[in-house]
Amino acid sequence: MIRFESVSKKYPDGTLAVDRLELVAPSGEITVLVGPSGCGKTTSLRMINRMIEPTSGRIWLDDRDTATVPTHELRRGIGYVIQHAGLFPHRTVVDNITTVPELLGTDKKQARRRALELMERVGLPAHFAKRYPAQLSGGQQQRVGVARALAADPPVMLMDEPFSAVDPVVRAQLQNEFLRLQGELGKTIVFVTHDIDEAIKLGDRVAVLQVGGHLAQLAPPAELLSDPADTFVAGFVGRDRGYRALGFAEAGLLPVRKEHAVRLGSGRGEAHDAAEDGWVLVTDAEDRPQGWLRTDRLAEAEPTGPVTAPELNLGGTLASETATLREALDSALSSPSGRGVIVDGAGRLLGTVTASEVLTRIEQQRAAADPPFTGDVGPGGAESEAS
Amino acid sequence: MIAWLNDPGNWTAPGGIFDQLWSHLQYALIALVVAAALALPVGLLIGHAGRGRWLVTVANAVRALPVVGLLILLYVMLAPHIHGRGDTVYLLPTEIVLILLAIPPILASTVAGVENVDPAVRDAAAGMGMRGGQVVRRVELPNALPLVFSGVRSATLQVIATATVAAYLGLGGLGRFVYDGQASQNFAERDAGALLVALLAVAADLVLALAQRYTVSRGVSGRFPRRTLVGDPVATADAPPSTHTA
Repeated sequence: MIRFESVSKKYPDGTLAVDRLELVAPSGEITVLVGPSGCGKTTSLRMINRMIEPTSGRIWLDDRDTATVPTHELRRGIGYVIQHAGLFPHRTVVDNITTVPELLGTDKKQARRRALELMERVGLPAHFAKRYPAQLSGGQQQRVGVARALAADPPVMLMDEPFSAVDPVVRAQLQNEFLRLQGELGKTIVFVTHDIDEAIKLGDRVAVLQVGGHLAQLAPPAELLSDPADTFVAGFVGRDRGYRALGFAEAGLLPVRKEHAVRLGSGRGEAHDAAEDGWVLVTDAEDRPQGWLRTDRLAEAEPTGPVTAPELNLGGTLASETATLREALDSALSSPSGRGVIVDGAGRLLGTVTASEVLTRIEQQRAAADPPFTGDVGPGGAESEAS
Repeated sequence: MIAWLNDPGNWTAPGGIFDQLWSHLQYALIALVVAAALALPVGLLIGHAGRGRWLVTVANAVRALPVVGLLILLYVMLAPHIHGRGDTVYLLPTEIVLILLAIPPILASTVAGVENVDPAVRDAAAGMGMRGGQVVRRVELPNALPLVFSGVRSATLQVIATATVAAYLGLGGLGRFVYDGQASQNFAERDAGALLVALLAVAADLVLALAQRYTVSRGVSGRFPRRTLVGDPVATADAPPSTHTA
């Protein structure tokens, strides 16, 4: 547990970066500090490992006052991941990862074995060990950065915008793997980001900071979306927060309707007969949905022959039967036929739902739950992936 | 000149080319070692702390002093205080001049080398619990090394060229041939001396280039085998995940 006790940071020029911050980051949870630039989120993070010294107040690491621990000793016990990874260019990947164990005097062989194990954990192939950071992509460097922070198995990790320097696709991938990793490791993590979506996706609890270093709200993400403390938080969380809040509400058993699907490669006539409103769902041999086929134009192009993959419309997303309301609604809205595809855990077709059916479910849940309607947030909280 | 160089007697005689080459090398080496011993740690400290840059400016200003003038001035100032036999009275002013010449390039490039280390790298080093000295030795120096070498190499060239003036005060070194040849109007000897100084400087630079190659990390110099960069199957490790659509 990390506890800020009335912590302030005032710079010599008079700027108040952090103003009497009171904050608890519980053990084993991800606490996200989020806010616009100049809100003191990075300053707050860096005060934990004393890269910046607080002007007043105390920061407790469990029952230790961090001010009483020599800085290098304190920092060796805290994992530290920064925006551009900050890997040592002159050292190989494995040597980068063993930095802290080396400082702590751990046996070299043991440290290397652990480094290789960590590389596997963060999704780096073992033959990367002998490479230099300049030979890696940004995403790969950040994986090494995470492995390096984990090398000495610190109970606490500080992460300062670790994923913001990579492209959106890699970022989403790193975020998902980060959540999986945290599920296995259960570290006490303080995570800084300026991206509210990232905060909501990753945080068990989100602290919204306001310029000048005020804590505006500290709450689980669902509560942040449904019940912002003030206009600043409401504005920062964003316009479509109602829709995003659906990402925390499980859809439960949706009234799935049977969908007449055809297999890839079956005849066009069959597809035409199975179609409803001019669209037919096409699956592979294992009943996994592949895409939608528009049947009213089939005859014009090529009247006979089998249904082929390139003809399919791939516009719709899939929602699993354990999906959140957001995923179910998105599946319906994105489907060209207006029918959202629901699949089981193995990706096999269960049936379809329409947007109005999902909306009915939302209304029902609203009516049933004591306000706010997000009261039925699952223990996992975060969005489950449709894959 | 070729004839003079081809005369074996000129090489092996006492005070011949071999002797003077050795003396020349000694003068240069002493100056370089002392200069590096002073400029390297100071440069690392300035770069690490980000303070004291004025020292670099001062060192650079010293380079503007004329070498021979400074040499004579130092000799006149120091000679009354140095007693006893031997070359010390000549050697000391010579070495001081050479050291003053060698310090600025080493100091300036060391400071620049440390300052050029990515701030994120230094932040990570400190944030993982390295002490100040560990940051300097384990992170800043290895990454500054290419620039440190370029400073040392440039200092070496200048010192070897300038060590010629040792002969002006009556010491040895390859400058002996230049001054003696000039005085006795033996221009072949003078030109051969100049050529030997140039060759020695180039040879020393090659040795340092080799040392640089083996001490600078490949991760810093960027000398990677081609195949790890081009057409690498593992480069796809961060490829987008397959999207599921229906």
